[in-house]
Amino acid sequence: MAVQPVVEGAPERRRWLSILAKAQPGEVLAAWEGIAARPEYRALRSPEIGMVLVRGRMGGTGDAFNLGEMTVTRAAVRLESGETGIGYVAGRDRKHAEIAAAVDAMMQSADLRPTVEGAVIAKLARAQDERRYTAARKAAATKVDFFTMVRTRSPG
Amino acid sequence: MAYVAVKGGERAITNAHRWLAEDRRGDVAIPEIETDQIREQLSLSVDRVMSEGSCYDRDLAALAVKQAGGDLPEAIFLMRAYRTTLPRFGASLPVETGQMAVRRRISAAFKDIPGGQLLGPTFDYTHRLLDFTLAANGETPVEGALEAEEAQAYPMATIASVFAHEDLLEPDVRTEDAPAPFDLTREPMAFPAGRDQRLQALARGDEGFLLSLAYSSQRGWGSTHPLCAEIRLGEVAVEFIPDELGFAIEIGDLTLTECQMISTYGGGIDTAPQFARGYGLTFGHCERKAMSMAIVDRALRDAAAGEASAPCQDEEFVLYHSDNVEASGFVQHLKLPHYVDFQADLQLIRRQRRDYAERAAAMKEAAE
Repeated sequence: MAVQPVVEGAPERRRWLSILAKAQPGEVLAAWEGIAARPEYRALRSPEIGMVLVRGRMGGTGDAFNLGEMTVTRAAVRLESGETGIGYVAGRDRKHAEIAAAVDAMMQSADLRPTVEGAVIAKLARAQDERRYTAARKAAATKVDFFTMVRTRSPG
Repeated sequence: MAYVAVKGGERAITNAHRWLAEDRRGDVAIPEIETDQIREQLSLSVDRVMSEGSCYDRDLAALAVKQAGGDLPEAIFLMRAYRTTLPRFGASLPVETGQMAVRRRISAAFKDIPGGQLLGPTFDYTHRLLDFTLAANGETPVEGALEAEEAQAYPMATIASVFAHEDLLEPDVRTEDAPAPFDLTREPMAFPAGRDQRLQALARGDEGFLLSLAYSSQRGWGSTHPLCAEIRLGEVAVEFIPDELGFAIEIGDLTLTECQMISTYGGGIDTAPQFARGYGLTFGHCERKAMSMAIVDRALRDAAAGEASAPCQDEEFVLYHSDNVEASGFVQHLKLPHYVDFQADLQLIRRQRRDYAERAAAMKEAAE
């Protein structure tokens, strides 16, 4: 991993931004619309569709090489109370990126955070954990259970 | 002169494309296929289009498959064309496949690989008999996958990490302050190619071409005698550092297939005998492609060591011909009007025939 500058609050913000990005667009929209008191915000950057060049590592752990691109949508918003939020999400769903940015901004406000922490972030994280857990259980069911055939010799 | 402006085909072209659209739709009495059906039910076609189209987006790939009427190289071309219309926000941190949430992970070389052999969703061991119940319009209920009581634990050890302490497998090189890897989408092909350039080209390369090259290598044309040390399929998070933040965030999960091929290397004056490695990595579930890529990568590394003798070890041959968008374009351009070339060829062949006839007549006269 590249050396990264230490940014205040980075680990926490990284956690929720990752959850928002890895959620399915439909889940994000449903969670967002489930919030009664959604704050007003304005776009600092209207949702924009672009690409990120995905890199792999030679041999799995070596130096980087360019594998291919992925579509990504990004957005930035500012709440009326002043907090700014950003969204970077895989795919081309503009609403997903915009809501991610709005939730990111709300998570940075002590007043608004309780509104979205449980209803959006925790809810999306749970859905992701469940999906991963189900896949891990399916994978485990396909594990090969080797047994050794005992060779018997007829006496004599 | 190869090209001249020719007018007059416009109406014919428009009508041909209308007919193509009608053909693509097929019998209108049959419901039209939706792109989300393609995404969900022809997911391996989608994976190939993303992989060789070099753009990860399941919905776009499904659309490309539909628009191309199921012609995958055509769909790959559509993906490549689309990606040129988008801005690039930057490059990700390298994905860490060791952290993969593995759905399938097998080692054909090492039976007791830690974590075990997970077959995952695979065609392996199926009998390849047509299943006519699938033709019964979905009336057969699908038995869901079985879920074990205990979930598979992640991350799973990689084959490289298992043997690292004995130095049996060639280690990966990690350079301090390595320059940005070669990018084929911004720089022209250059030789001799670095491994970063080769792997990018192979990752975008045509599955059929790489499969045949890998096969040729196994059959003795530049034999590498590979063993499949590990194949893994699953989801990996992609990390990206947005300028606004200055620290990395995950921007999504990608499904990737990775393959590690190993083959024995007898060592040299100052290198101990070891297993040398070939590497394959693809978007989506493209196992045949990842295996072929790993074998070809291994063969090309022989070439870098000056042992080239077979087509699969010739990097110019491999890298200049592996891209199916370029290959298809050059082969298929022969369908476009070459009227002037043909006129020139006609003039040439007529003159040569005249000369030949004159020579023949002179010979005959001399003989008499």
